[in-house]
Amino acid sequence: METQEKSILRVVTSGSVDDGKSTLIGRMLYETRSIFEDQLEAVKRTSERRGQQEVDLALLLDGLSAEREQGITIDVAYRYFETPTRKYILADCPGHVQYTRNMVTGASSADCAILLIDARNGILTQSRRHAFLVSLLRVPRMVVVINKMDQVGFSREVFERLVAEYRAFVERLDLPDITFIPVSALRGDNVVMRSAAMPWYGGPSLLQHLEALPTTHTRNLVDFRFPVQSVLRPNQDFRGYAGRIASGAIRPGEPVLVLPSRVESRIKEVLLAEKSLEEGIAGQSVVLTLEDNVDVSRGDMLVRPHNLPLQTKRFEAVLSWMGEAPLETGCAYLLRHGTRNVKAVVTRVYHAIDVDTLRRTPAETLDLNGIGKVEVELASPLACDPFKANRATGSFILVDAMTHCTAAAGLILGTAGTLESLEPAALPEASPNTVWSPWNIPRGARERQAGHPGQVLWFTGLSGSGKSTLARALERRLFERGQRTMLLDGDQVRHGLCRDLGFSPEDRSENIRRVGEVARLFFEAGHIVLCTFISPYAEDRDTVRGLIPQGRFHEVHVDASVETCTRRDPNGLYAKALRGEIPQFTGISAPYEQPGSPELRLETDNVTPEALLAQLEAYLRCCGLKI
Amino acid sequence: MTRFQMTCLQQLEAEAIHILREVAATARNPVMLYSVGKDSSVILHLAKKAFHPGPVPFPLMHVDTGYKFPEMYAFREEVAKDPLLRVIVEGNEPWIAQGCHPVSHGVDRCCSLLKTAALLEALEKHGFDVAIGGARREEEKSRAKERIFSLRDRHGQWDPKNQRPELWDLYNTGIKEGESLRVFPLSNWTELDVWQYIRQESIPVVPIYFAQVRKVVRRGNILIPVGLGVVAEGEVEELRCRFRSLGCMPCTGAVASDATTLDGILEEVAVARKSERENRVIDLTGDASMEQKKREGYF
Repeated sequence: METQEKSILRVVTSGSVDDGKSTLIGRMLYETRSIFEDQLEAVKRTSERRGQQEVDLALLLDGLSAEREQGITIDVAYRYFETPTRKYILADCPGHVQYTRNMVTGASSADCAILLIDARNGILTQSRRHAFLVSLLRVPRMVVVINKMDQVGFSREVFERLVAEYRAFVERLDLPDITFIPVSALRGDNVVMRSAAMPWYGGPSLLQHLEALPTTHTRNLVDFRFPVQSVLRPNQDFRGYAGRIASGAIRPGEPVLVLPSRVESRIKEVLLAEKSLEEGIAGQSVVLTLEDNVDVSRGDMLVRPHNLPLQTKRFEAVLSWMGEAPLETGCAYLLRHGTRNVKAVVTRVYHAIDVDTLRRTPAETLDLNGIGKVEVELASPLACDPFKANRATGSFILVDAMTHCTAAAGLILGTAGTLESLEPAALPEASPNTVWSPWNIPRGARERQAGHPGQVLWFTGLSGSGKSTLARALERRLFERGQRTMLLDGDQVRHGLCRDLGFSPEDRSENIRRVGEVARLFFEAGHIVLCTFISPYAEDRDTVRGLIPQGRFHEVHVDASVETCTRRDPNGLYAKALRGEIPQFTGISAPYEQPGSPELRLETDNVTPEALLAQLEAYLRCCGLKI
Repeated sequence: MTRFQMTCLQQLEAEAIHILREVAATARNPVMLYSVGKDSSVILHLAKKAFHPGPVPFPLMHVDTGYKFPEMYAFREEVAKDPLLRVIVEGNEPWIAQGCHPVSHGVDRCCSLLKTAALLEALEKHGFDVAIGGARREEEKSRAKERIFSLRDRHGQWDPKNQRPELWDLYNTGIKEGESLRVFPLSNWTELDVWQYIRQESIPVVPIYFAQVRKVVRRGNILIPVGLGVVAEGEVEELRCRFRSLGCMPCTGAVASDATTLDGILEEVAVARKSERENRVIDLTGDASMEQKKREGYF
C-alpha cells in the first residue's frame, strides 16, 4: 500500500533502567527492516570495539555522544518506522534523569503508550508512575509489555500475577484501554511475530496490536475550535485567517463566532492553498475566509455560536513543572495556549501529587519534575476547554518571562467556583487602555517575610450583629502577635473611598466591589484583612470571594436576629429606621440574603463576645494561622 | 479512511504548514535556508502553500560553497524567478577565493569554513533571528533528539543536554537578545515521505536525483563521479547511477541506480538497505561527527 493511504500512529515508550526498552525498540526497527545496513554496520563496529558478543541493538538509539559515553539515554528521542499500513513515530523516553519531564513531553502527543516491565523485577514504583502520567495526559491507549519472559521460563503464572497486580493498581486511575503482552525483546518473542514459546498466550504480538489501534482518539471531533494563527492579506481582494483546526470540523456556510469580540459571521471558504475544501477537520492547517469583513487577529478563536469554550481569567490546572527554577507563586509567567500568549500568575498551589503513591501532599511550590494542582490567573480572559474534554484547547505551557525557558506543562481542569460565567454581560471588563501587570514583589515573598499567609476574613451580618466588635478584638490580638493586619469597616469606607455612594442595591454592589478590590490589595501585600460589611447581597459577597484564591477567603456570618439587633441598637439606627427616617435599612426596609454556606457561622444572640472570639480563633488555627 | 482520518502525508503537511506559519507570526526576522536539494524543494513548496495566495513572507538563503553541481545552480536560478520568492546567496568569500578545498584543507575544515562559518556569518550579517531548515530526525542519530524549534546560543551553538521540552504543538518561540532559533518543519518526515510527497504534489527537483550513465571511480560503496572536482585514483567505470542526497561535488558520491523516474526512486527508497547519507563523506569521519558539527552551528 502507498503512504498516501497510510495513517500515523504516535507512540510513547517508557520503562525503568535496564528493563530492555532500547532493545525492544531496536528489535522493532530491525524486524520492520527500518535499520539501514550502514547504520547497523556502525553499531556492529561499536559493539565489537566494546567486546560485546552480540550486536547491541540498543546502541542504535543512543544518539548523543554523552549518552554513548555514559551508556544511558538522556533525552526524548524520536524514531520512525513503517509497516505496509502505518507510519510509526516513537517518542522514546529515558527512564531515570528528568523522568517525569521527559515522559510528559513524550506522552503529550501520543496516541498510545507502551510501558515496559521486567518480568523478573515485577512492578516497580516507576511502573506505577508511568501509569499515572499516561492517565494524566489522557493517552487513549496503553500497552504494558512484560519483558524478559525468557528469563522467567516463559511462565504463564508470572505473567498473570503481574497482570493482576498491575490491574489492581491502575483501577484507581482513569485509564480507558489497557493491554498486556508477554515479550522477550532480546529474542524477539511476541514483538513483531507471535512467539511459539508461549502457547498459553492467545493475544497478538506487540506490532500486531499496534497495527490494529484506531488513531483518531486523541482528537476532539465535536467542538469546533480554530485558534487564529495569522491573518493573510496579500491584496485588497483577499483576507483569510490561517490556522490549524484544533478540534471539530467546519464547512462553508456555517455560522461562526469570533472570540473574544463575539462578532458573528459565516464561513465563506475553507482553503488549503488554492484548493477549496468541502469541510475542514481537526488537525488540518487551513485558511478560512468569512462572509463579513470582521476584525480578527492572531490569538483570536473562531467557534460555533452555540458551542462555546470557557472564557475565563482564572482556572484550576495541573502543572508538570519542567523549569530548573521552582515555581514562584505571584510571579508573572508567559502562558502559551493555542496561538495566544498571555501573562499569567500562579496564585495558589493547592497540593502536589506524589507520582509514586498518587497521594496529595501539601505544597507551597513545585520543583523540577513536580506535579501539582494550582490556580492560575490571567491578565486577560482565555477561551479554553478542560483538558479532559479537549486535549488541544485544554493544554498550555508556561514560559519563564526572564529566561524564556519552558517552565511547565499545564492541563486545564476547569474553573471551580471562582470563575466568571460565560455570558458576556458577566465578563468583568478592565478599563480600556490599561495593561495588567503582575505585582512587583510576589505575595509569596511578602508572606515569607511576614511569617504567615495572607487571608481575607469577610464578616457579614445585620447592623448590630457584632461584626465590628468581634473583628476589632480579633485584629488587636493578631496585631499583638506581630502579624500584619488591616481592618476595613463599612462606616470608614463610606467616609472616603465610597462617600459618593448611597444605599440603593446598585450602590451597595459598587460599595462592596470597591472594598473587595481594596481587600485584595492588602491581601496581595500579605496582610490578614478583616472586612466588616453588612454586604446583604450574596452575589456581591461571591464577587469578592472570586477575587481571592480559594482557601484564603473566609466568609464569617455574624448571625443575630433582627430582634436582638434592634434591642442592642448601639447607634440608634434601628430606632430611626423603624420610624421611617432611614430608607432602605437592611433588616427593616431592605433585604438581607443569608449566606448559604459560609466558612464560619457565629450565632451571637446569646453568646458572650469572649466565647465568640474563642470560636473564631479556633477556626483560624484550623486554617494554619498561629494564634 | 473515515471522514476524520488524515493520511500520513496530510498530517505531515498540516504539521509543517503550522510550523512555518508560527515562524512567520512570531519571528522578528526569519529566513529559510535553501540548499537546492529535495528537502529544500519540499519545504519551499510547503511555504508557498502555507501563505497562498500571498508571497512567502521570508527570504530563502543559499549558503554557497562554490562546489555545488552545475545542475543545482541552474535549478536555483529557476527557483529565484518566482515572483513570490526572494532568494539570497551568501558564502565565505575570503576562503572561497583562497581556494579552500576538502582535499587541500581536509573535509572537516573545509565544511567548517565554507558551510558552518559562512552560515553563522550570513545569519549575523542579515540579523536573522530564526532560520528554517529542512533537516529530518531520521536522517542521522544526533538529529533524533533535535527539537522542532531548537535554541542556539549567541555563538550559534546547540546544547543537546539543555533543550527545551516540546509539548503538544505549543512551540516556545521566545529568545533572548543574541540567541536564535533553528526550526525544522520536516522533523517527522522520512526520506520515503519526502519522495512520496514530491510525487503527490508534482514538485520539481534537481535532475541529478535521477539515474544517468556517468564515468565514476569506486571508493568502497561510494561512486565518485569523474570530472567534477575530485581527482579520484583508480579504474574509471561507466555506470548508471544517481545522487541520493546532494552536497558539494567533491564530497558527494553517487549510488548505482536505474531509477530514472519518481516511481523508480520510490521503489528504490522503499527497499533501501542503506541510509540516504551513505554517499556523504562528511558523516563518516567519526561516530559523533554530525553532532560535533551541529554543536558548532552546522545545520
